Amino acid sequence: MTSIKNYIEEKNKLGRKVLTIFLTAGYPDPKTFVNLACSFVEVGADILEIGLPFADSLADGLVIQSSYLKAIENNISPAIMFELTKEIRAKADVPILLMSAANPVLRFGLDNFINTSITSGINGLIIPDIPLEEHAEFYNSHEEIDKILLTTPTSSDKRIIKIDQMSSGFVYCVSVAGTTGVRNKFTNETLDNLKRTYGLVTKNKMLIGFGISTPEDIINFKPYCDGVIVGSSVVKRLAENLEYKNAIEFVRSLSDACNFD
Amino acid sequence: MSQTNNYKQPNAKGKFGIYGGKFVPETLMTALTELETTYDESKNENEFLAELNYLQSHYNGRPTPLTYADRLTQFYGKGKIYLKREDLCHTGAHKLNNALGQILLAKKLGKKRIIAETGAGQHGVAVATVCAKYGLKCIIYMGAVDVERQKLNAFRMKMLGAEVIPVNSGSKTLKDATNEAIRDWVSNVNDTHYIIGSVVGPHPYPMIVRDFQSIIGIETKSQILSFEQKLPNYIVACVGGGSNAIGIFNEFINDMNVKLIGIEAAGFGLDTDKHCATLSKGSVGIFQGMKTYLLQDEHGLISEVHSISAGLDYPGVGPEHSYLKDFERAEYYSITDKEALEATVRLSKLEGILPALETAHAVAYLNDLMPRTANDEIVVVNISGRGDKDLNTIIEKIGGEIDDIN
Repeated sequence: MTSIKNYIEEKNKLGRKVLTIFLTAGYPDPKTFVNLACSFVEVGADILEIGLPFADSLADGLVIQSSYLKAIENNISPAIMFELTKEIRAKADVPILLMSAANPVLRFGLDNFINTSITSGINGLIIPDIPLEEHAEFYNSHEEIDKILLTTPTSSDKRIIKIDQMSSGFVYCVSVAGTTGVRNKFTNETLDNLKRTYGLVTKNKMLIGFGISTPEDIINFKPYCDGVIVGSSVVKRLAENLEYKNAIEFVRSLSDACNFD
Repeated sequence: MSQTNNYKQPNAKGKFGIYGGKFVPETLMTALTELETTYDESKNENEFLAELNYLQSHYNGRPTPLTYADRLTQFYGKGKIYLKREDLCHTGAHKLNNALGQILLAKKLGKKRIIAETGAGQHGVAVATVCAKYGLKCIIYMGAVDVERQKLNAFRMKMLGAEVIPVNSGSKTLKDATNEAIRDWVSNVNDTHYIIGSVVGPHPYPMIVRDFQSIIGIETKSQILSFEQKLPNYIVACVGGGSNAIGIFNEFINDMNVKLIGIEAAGFGLDTDKHCATLSKGSVGIFQGMKTYLLQDEHGLISEVHSISAGLDYPGVGPEHSYLKDFERAEYYSITDKEALEATVRLSKLEGILPALETAHAVAYLNDLMPRTANDEIVVVNISGRGDKDLNTIIEKIGGEIDDIN
């Protein structure tokens, strides 16, 4: 069992769905990024997911795209992202995931990227444009870090089973067909799909992400997952409000919703 | 004549050697597989082929002529230049060849909503045209910069009933329009077919678009054989994503004595950072669903590129071109904005053919090539599109000097 999987298992046993909070590396500025990550952990984030800025990210909606552009303006390179992650690692004892597009990883050199990830305290990689079909060739049998694959509502049962087999750490279940970002309302169809996917993911723990923006969403999704991932609605608060207290309180409210009744 | 018959690309995983593949979010994987299956079923199906052939003949105007360019040949005083006249396709460029094929696929897939990206607007116009013909909802993503420099085409698409969405992210050109189209597809994949306009993106697109465009080379081969009783020595085509080039190359790929030459846009020059000569100056990466040569920075961020021609203004290139370059089956060179403008005027004055600025890059390469040819050597240039759409740009750049250019 991998350390991330173990960790989620332990939290679940203690009566809690895990809360993963996404932050764009170096956003809104490098120092605030590190401080916020630590503050989020203090108020209940169980896992941190760090996004490496990429201006042409296909899976992201406007909120995260804008934060990526700002971070690129702040000159956040992979090397700087790794340094900042080390600072967070020194202060926070939770699993850290890295979300990146494939190209920066390839450019950095896969071996070097994975080794540097590990020495920087990163426990798992999420690369949305490396689907099942490209997984084995791209990762070239690197086993030393968890590689988290995604399912979506368009994934067939057969694909979900394969994704579960190939994924390590957990399975990232994308709630809706679309890019990251706040949704006004989830439909019954969404819930049916989460139920279906949760039933098919048996090897791994399953976390739901994309579009989760309120404690109520978490309460609705709780029965069909082992945890949730929240990104855009946190980043949006950072973009709109320089009082970061607001974002921190928001994370606290999400964390409260993750506890079993 | 040395000939091989062993060229079979891509493989079952959509790879041209190490290039190509399916580097897209999971949401799209089912749709890509569905498209692949439908295409495999259709490509040999009589009914599908009959409908496509009918449209190519009676709607698109195929076969397009192969024109002997006697005055241009005289100008260089060497070799023999023929022009493959894709500029005479309905809507003014080779783009309709692919749009017609893909709209028939969309119909088979039962998709009611069509999206596309466009740079110069030629692909956008072609897609808006087939959507009008088949009564399907059409949304075209176009970079805001391109909407401005290709105003005529943007307006034309609206006249054809399409919704044109200007894209304001990044460099506001073709790359960004493609990002937005893919994001739209991720969000609406159930009822939407994405008609990619070039031999780019995830498998099976580079293969499908190549196959629909390969009619250019098939016609060229039979036409040149009937004129000259032999194959050409050189085929020259411009390369942005590379669909018109692959379209004319494909039929000749096993004819090893036919030199295939792709011409990229050098913008202000390869020694500046304002060009889009991906194969000449790029490095291998993963972008918009494919592994291919890219213009990128040291951190793997995609570069902002430049060309006077909106259709070549793209930091990537079709994966099959990357493969053909590595295996030295095709050669790739580049031409600056200035050289392309001069070639536009030259072809107009000498042959009465106003080429698109994209196409003019291929025409301009004759300056390098023709002095090296022997008198009996045949050169075919793919005139991928006509330049009416570029008049605004041309007037702005060289309006005052038009009499001075020969």
